[in-house]
Amino acid sequence: MKTDSPFLELADDAPRVRVWFDGLPLDLPAGANLAAALLAAGVQVFRHTPVSGAPRAPFCMMGACFDCLVETGGRVQQACMLEVEEGMKIARPHEAEANDAAL
Amino acid sequence: MQHCDLAIIGAGPAGMAAAAEAAQQGLSVILLDEQNRPGGQIYRDVDRAGGSRGAILGQEYLHGASLTAGLGQSGVSHLSGAVVWAIEDGFRISFTRHGRAGQVEAERIILATGALERPMPVPGWTLPGVMTAGAAQILLKQSGVLPRRAVLAGSGPLLYLIAAQMVRAGTPPLALVETQTAASPLAAARHLPGALRGWRYLAKGLKMLAEIKRAGVPRYTGATEIAVAGSTGAEAVTFRSKGQAHSIACDTVLLHHGVVPNTQAARSINVPHVWSEVQQCFVPETGKWGETGRDGVLIAGDGAGISGAMAAEYAGRIAALKAAEELGRITAQERDRLAAPLFSRRSRETAVRPFLDAAYPPYAGAVRPADSTIVCRCEEVTAGDIRSYARLGCLGPNQAKAFGRAGMGPCQGRYCGLTVTALLAEANGQTPDETGYYRIRPPIKPVTLGELAAMEDPSANAAE
Amino acid sequence: MEADYAVIGGGVVGLSVAWGLLRRGKRVTVLDGDDGAFRASRGNFGLVWVQSKGTKQPRYASWSQQSAAAWAGFAAELEDGTGRSVGLQQNGGYDLHFSEETLYATVAQYDALKEKLGGNYPYEVLGRNALSREEPHIGPKVAGAILHHQDGHANPLRLLFSLAEDVRRLGGKVLNGKTVTGVSKPDVFKVQCSDGTVVTAGKVVLSAGLGAMELGPKLGFKAPVRPQRGQVLITEKLPKLINRPSLIARQVDEGGIQIGATNEEVGLDDSVTQPGLSGLAAEAIAAYPALARAQLVRSWGALRILSPDGLPIYQESPGMPGAYLVTCHSGITLAAAHALFLPDWLEGTAAAPDLEVFSEDRFPVS
Repeated sequence: MKTDSPFLELADDAPRVRVWFDGLPLDLPAGANLAAALLAAGVQVFRHTPVSGAPRAPFCMMGACFDCLVETGGRVQQACMLEVEEGMKIARPHEAEANDAAL
Repeated sequence: MQHCDLAIIGAGPAGMAAAAEAAQQGLSVILLDEQNRPGGQIYRDVDRAGGSRGAILGQEYLHGASLTAGLGQSGVSHLSGAVVWAIEDGFRISFTRHGRAGQVEAERIILATGALERPMPVPGWTLPGVMTAGAAQILLKQSGVLPRRAVLAGSGPLLYLIAAQMVRAGTPPLALVETQTAASPLAAARHLPGALRGWRYLAKGLKMLAEIKRAGVPRYTGATEIAVAGSTGAEAVTFRSKGQAHSIACDTVLLHHGVVPNTQAARSINVPHVWSEVQQCFVPETGKWGETGRDGVLIAGDGAGISGAMAAEYAGRIAALKAAEELGRITAQERDRLAAPLFSRRSRETAVRPFLDAAYPPYAGAVRPADSTIVCRCEEVTAGDIRSYARLGCLGPNQAKAFGRAGMGPCQGRYCGLTVTALLAEANGQTPDETGYYRIRPPIKPVTLGELAAMEDPSANAAE
Repeated sequence: MEADYAVIGGGVVGLSVAWGLLRRGKRVTVLDGDDGAFRASRGNFGLVWVQSKGTKQPRYASWSQQSAAAWAGFAAELEDGTGRSVGLQQNGGYDLHFSEETLYATVAQYDALKEKLGGNYPYEVLGRNALSREEPHIGPKVAGAILHHQDGHANPLRLLFSLAEDVRRLGGKVLNGKTVTGVSKPDVFKVQCSDGTVVTAGKVVLSAGLGAMELGPKLGFKAPVRPQRGQVLITEKLPKLINRPSLIARQVDEGGIQIGATNEEVGLDDSVTQPGLSGLAAEAIAAYPALARAQLVRSWGALRILSPDGLPIYQESPGMPGAYLVTCHSGITLAAAHALFLPDWLEGTAAAPDLEVFSEDRFPVS
């Protein structure tokens, strides 16, 4: 997936940890900004809008636009305001089966 | 509930400088900031960006470390990762931190909430792959992540900065699509008397332009009809320049046509705002110390009107001195003596602003977008929708919001408010001041019901 | 004279009346306030509601029932006119109870009312299990509910929008951004505005919400209305979580969960408070525990327009015949009645509804 990413990552010596996005395993730098790490890993659609189903991805990276919303820990949260933690399960909001348990 | 003399919201240059100065004058300070590390957007993660990243970002960025160092002194309690969602009389500030709600009480408040990118609604701007230029900066500063195939579109010095940084990082942008008409207002600026005092900025700008040119990045000026093409993500930028239609294939589009004050917090407590013709946005009405129409509330930095990071730093210290004087820690004479050099340094910093505002005006095509362009990203409301509400008697954005939901989504109007005001003002033949702005209410950032309920009944958050 | 009716107030109440008059061929001019005016029409909860209303005054219950019954036709006509749905759902609604004691105390009230209404009060009591079958997300703290089959809800903002559009389509004139300063009646009514605008009309309807506090006495009304604040919350858009609305929470057609509302006597202060938000959130979570993880995206305070007994006021001015006060705090529920039945009362036709109990005679002279 990484080679497909439209983003380049400067060398980083942070250890990688395993997370899942939409059921796919990804190894991301521990403690990194989650939105940035997902973009660098090649994730292009973070959510679909509840209004029209249009795809969206990070826009402002500073917590203002809410286009990077993902569901993790049972809540819909801004990926750009989260850090990568080992074992995170991340889904597009209200899309994955995993969400059944949440809401 | 924690209590303090002064609560500061935002740990960018204004907030950090205010915290250090206030503590210096003997105030107890709580600095609330939603990021996990201090710096704001301009000095984002400056304490972690060493080595090659620091070299790409440059000395002006690394200056931020001198401010983060100031937070270590006694008297300053820095609550990082604290997302403020309500400010009430008292003052009582409610925030969310690590999934729990908390509150602080303060005698005085300094809002140092900084700037937001001016919304740039062009066709396709909601597609994945379209970001603000500021977002690209943050990706680089915080994460060392850069777009490989990007087109930069819009106007203003920040476009040159990110382009130069991309050049230095080895991934130059595919093109700069600039909406201002002259190829380089910066070059002409050296002849302007006012701008001369801000010469350092102009020289830096010219150096960046030279860097971009050396890297062979194509530049188009006077661009109109800018649009992003693509179905599930950005695939190309299309535009017209000098009578020619262009299409540049790319994966990432970085939009920018200036920054505007982030006024959500100030508006939520009814600080009066006024339209700035020069900056083409609403700014809170503030005095020279940053004082507002609300007793006890000061605003410092870009949140009070765009002046840049260095001016913000001085403004933060100036506001802190005012708070210290109001709370009786220093006399008015001491305050004035300490503030005098800060005022003069601040005015040197802001000297270049009127020139920049005039040389890099907002892109007209995004200030008043075509009917089919989405203006409210959250609720997917188009410019044509807003114009139709005006025809149904909407004189201001609050009735338009009721009619069509613009501004009702989670971003709460941050990326549509100015556009909606501009569209209604034009349609009704009114000024932006007459048209007004969204009524901003808590929560100024979303908060879970569980966190709210736990403030009433601690067992209610058991679902955590 | 430019209009048969000048309607003062362009909220849901005024526009409903205007719409009803227009479809009877009357010429109507509506005077509406500015963008920042107190507007209950932008802040209400959106219920089309029968239960709990009129337990002390059966005519209020039956007036609400008449309106609820007429709502589907009203909504359909608006949809025909505008091509847009107002999101009406009338599949019943709940009064949720956290104790059997309050549940059965309410049932006793409903039984008494049902008898006065000749048996037309279709409700049933759902115990915990029955309620869980209807509402899978209901929480264990809920003891049961009264399901009233005449209850429902609509999208109040789209109702406001559709009325604003359809009133114009029907030829109504709407003047926005007006502050009415006075009304005189030398021969015809002259409605004066602060900007110098004067509207002349044969009759005047005062449906200005809290604006009646100041304007009412000028037109010869007692207009004893006061503001009562209701804070309301709305969450992010969620997948289906709540089937039927209740006074505690409802899921709006766009997906958000709307949670309401406080009842606060705080004058003209329409702000939102943390204790208000927290109290409402706690109650909503007690009813639907899954809401604990939902994000609150907006909240607001709106001011109800309350008369001393909470009932509507329909009154022709004794001193200025031809001027009518129309005010209530249930402008959504009563929208259909105001649109379809009130014009007969204003016109004094044989079909006029009996609104005697809603006159100002019930209030002492202040």
